[in-house]
Amino acid sequence: MGRLDGKVAFITGAARGQGRSHALRLAQEGADIIAIDIVDQMDTVPYGMAKPEDLAETVRQIEALDRRIIATKADVRDFEAVKAALDDGVAQLGKLDIVSANAGIFSFGAMEELTDAEWDELQDVNLKGVWHTAKAAIPHLRANGGGSMILTSSSAGVKAVQNIGHYVAAKHGVIGLMRSLALELAPDMIRVNTVNPTSVDTDMIQNSATYELFAPDLPEEERTKDVLGERFKTLNALPIPWVEAVDISNAVLFLASDEARYITGVVFPVDAGQLIK
Amino acid sequence: MGRVEGKVAFITGAARGQGRSHALRLAQEGADIIAIDICEAVPENSYPQATEEDLAETVRQVEALDRRIIATKADVRDFAQLKKAMDAGVAELGRLDIVCANAGIGGTPNRAEDIPEDEWTNMVDINLSGVWRTAKAAIPHLKAGGRGGSIILTSSDAGLFAYQNIAHYVSAKHGVVGLMRTLALELAPDMIRVNSIHPTTVDTPMVQNEGTYKLFRPDLEHPTKDDFAAAAVGMNALPIPWVEAVDISNAVLFFASDESRYVTGVPLPVDAGAAIK
Amino acid sequence: MGRVEGKVAFITGAARGQGRSHALRLAQEGADIIAVDICEDVEGTVYAGATEADLAETVRQVEALDRRIVAIKADVRDFDGLRKAVDDGVAQLGRLDIVSANAGILTSPSNAENFSDETWNTMIDINLSGVWRTAKAAIPHIKAGGRGGSIILTSSEAGLRAYQSAAHYVSAKHGVVGLMRTLALELAPDMIRVNSIHPTQVDTDMIQNEPTYKLFLPDVEHPTREQFAAASQSVNALPIPWVESVDISNALLFLASDEARYVTGVTLAVDAGCFLK
Repeated sequence: MGRLDGKVAFITGAARGQGRSHALRLAQEGADIIAIDIVDQMDTVPYGMAKPEDLAETVRQIEALDRRIIATKADVRDFEAVKAALDDGVAQLGKLDIVSANAGIFSFGAMEELTDAEWDELQDVNLKGVWHTAKAAIPHLRANGGGSMILTSSSAGVKAVQNIGHYVAAKHGVIGLMRSLALELAPDMIRVNTVNPTSVDTDMIQNSATYELFAPDLPEEERTKDVLGERFKTLNALPIPWVEAVDISNAVLFLASDEARYITGVVFPVDAGQLIK
Repeated sequence: MGRVEGKVAFITGAARGQGRSHALRLAQEGADIIAIDICEAVPENSYPQATEEDLAETVRQVEALDRRIIATKADVRDFAQLKKAMDAGVAELGRLDIVCANAGIGGTPNRAEDIPEDEWTNMVDINLSGVWRTAKAAIPHLKAGGRGGSIILTSSDAGLFAYQNIAHYVSAKHGVVGLMRTLALELAPDMIRVNSIHPTTVDTPMVQNEGTYKLFRPDLEHPTKDDFAAAAVGMNALPIPWVEAVDISNAVLFFASDESRYVTGVPLPVDAGAAIK
Repeated sequence: MGRVEGKVAFITGAARGQGRSHALRLAQEGADIIAVDICEDVEGTVYAGATEADLAETVRQVEALDRRIVAIKADVRDFDGLRKAVDDGVAQLGRLDIVSANAGILTSPSNAENFSDETWNTMIDINLSGVWRTAKAAIPHIKAGGRGGSIILTSSEAGLRAYQSAAHYVSAKHGVVGLMRTLALELAPDMIRVNSIHPTQVDTDMIQNEPTYKLFLPDVEHPTREQFAAASQSVNALPIPWVESVDISNALLFLASDEARYVTGVTLAVDAGCFLK
């Protein structure tokens, strides 16, 4: 018997990386999935974003687990698009129990050098997009008589890292949003928590632009994954460079399940001890 | 296959309440248990302490799950007793992977300036120093195993913020957070993870007694469980008066399992949203 | 007119270091002082304890400012001695408005599992329970005044986060935060405010000694003050190795004065940005 048998989960940014991992882990434990992703490139994002074939691959893997999935191309900045995709998914799968507001982007620059475009686009996706996701989901969760919402913040939601001030501000903001939602929705037994990852081994960090941020002193040809791993390792207390997407998924699964039925309003780091260093 | 199959867990305060619940939940998922409890009255406690029959009942219930258990009467104020019980348990069961420092007392409510000297020192000795002694006895075994491990310290919502009339309890439980953070830093190189759990009111003998009822309902001469429930529900964001011991055990299980292999240094409230109210 | 003109302040650990600095700063701004200090070596500490000559020097310097001071040798582990000192001081100076619970120790670094029971207990007894006893001795006098008051507990950066090799100190200083929050709640109806101060390294005898240098430089056999300065600076965000006692005194003065009349329950870091890093 799965830990989420009979439940339905809505996941944003589900085409690859953590989002796909969450979809698979929840499906392995019995959940059906409503998935969205922008599957398009954004102007200020310095690495290649997910493509339509990535989302198709998520669908293929979920269906291989014998679970149902409704996947739609939608941008979390566009509330109407999010709502339409979710409403359609709920119409087909019958209800909504779990929300993983996972979609996010990354870019960087010192505070005095960031452009308005970089600031705005990141806030729109990483903070406003999370609110859009919650706003679209709340009526369905209420109708369901309760549920669990997991917002993806970051260790940068608790502690600042240099040269990503807009990201730090947005991820701190997600914690404020989570606390507000948790208070407002508690009477309806809808729980809201954040997961706060340290570096995760996904395309969002494994790219030449992020490598340059961590190793500006090295020539590009020397910025290998192993060399960068040593740099990333210095951020964590546990002697590892990054965690895997499945580690975040396991925390999402715990918070999504009835094992956590009375946990709400909590900031949950999955961070190899980064925050206590 | 259980989620902690083949592992061995050491649990203090295991005769009843949360401690017994942790033993059963971990045993259900495949762990063998080393259990201790003082099985004696602690002075100035406003409720009856566990007995040797209670500890025997924990043994019976774990064995009914076909798991092994070594149970010993021991006091967390006495390091020699603790170490002897731990060493004997590990000798018998062959290894140590998980530690639940759960033993604690509730004390008697008083204004800070009216707490008697012996009640203050006893509280700190059990609820803070006893947790340290538990870790101290366990660490050599965890390190010797060379497989890492997980130490879970039971703090309280009173480890995150204050309640009136229990300054000694709040001070000790805040101290546990400092201990957790230090242990997490010190033991990270050995892949030994250390986290704390912060329950709101749990439905156990430690809170279900007239002494605690009066802490919440000083206005009533003989408050009942229902009177207490009405006051307790007001502390939580979720519309419930208390959580069950198994809700804490499910969080312990997550921390004990490899699903949280990269989670360390985290204070996790299981508190129905009390901390955000 | 001084910022604490006409008020009386009780200060523990006042023979030298931060305690003397607090006495002088408050006296400069018009307060009379009740000063206590153990004036003895404490077993387990790695530096010489203050002496009666040190305490006499504090007296001399306060009197040179034309303020009155009652100085008494007393140990924060002994409630009766502490209470007698406060009672005497208030009898002579007529009132009590301000409390600085400043007395504290640091011992040789060790892993958590290698501290002896004696070292652990002495630390908790002075740095946590001694703060409670200080408040306990003072509260009746402040309440009797009916004018409210301000209690300032000296915690540490180690009350907010962990340092390796000082589990007993970190646990005690976290516990002080719990005590501060409880006292702040309990005493608010009497307009008695309670806050804690969290210094990074302060340039006093407690840290300017080789064993403390080794806490920061465990791999250096005989670290020098210069080597310690570099290591110490690396934990601060501002490019300074440590703060001066007067910086802590200035924060204390603000909290003691009516400028902070509505500030209570606050953990105030005076830490050169240490917490951010």
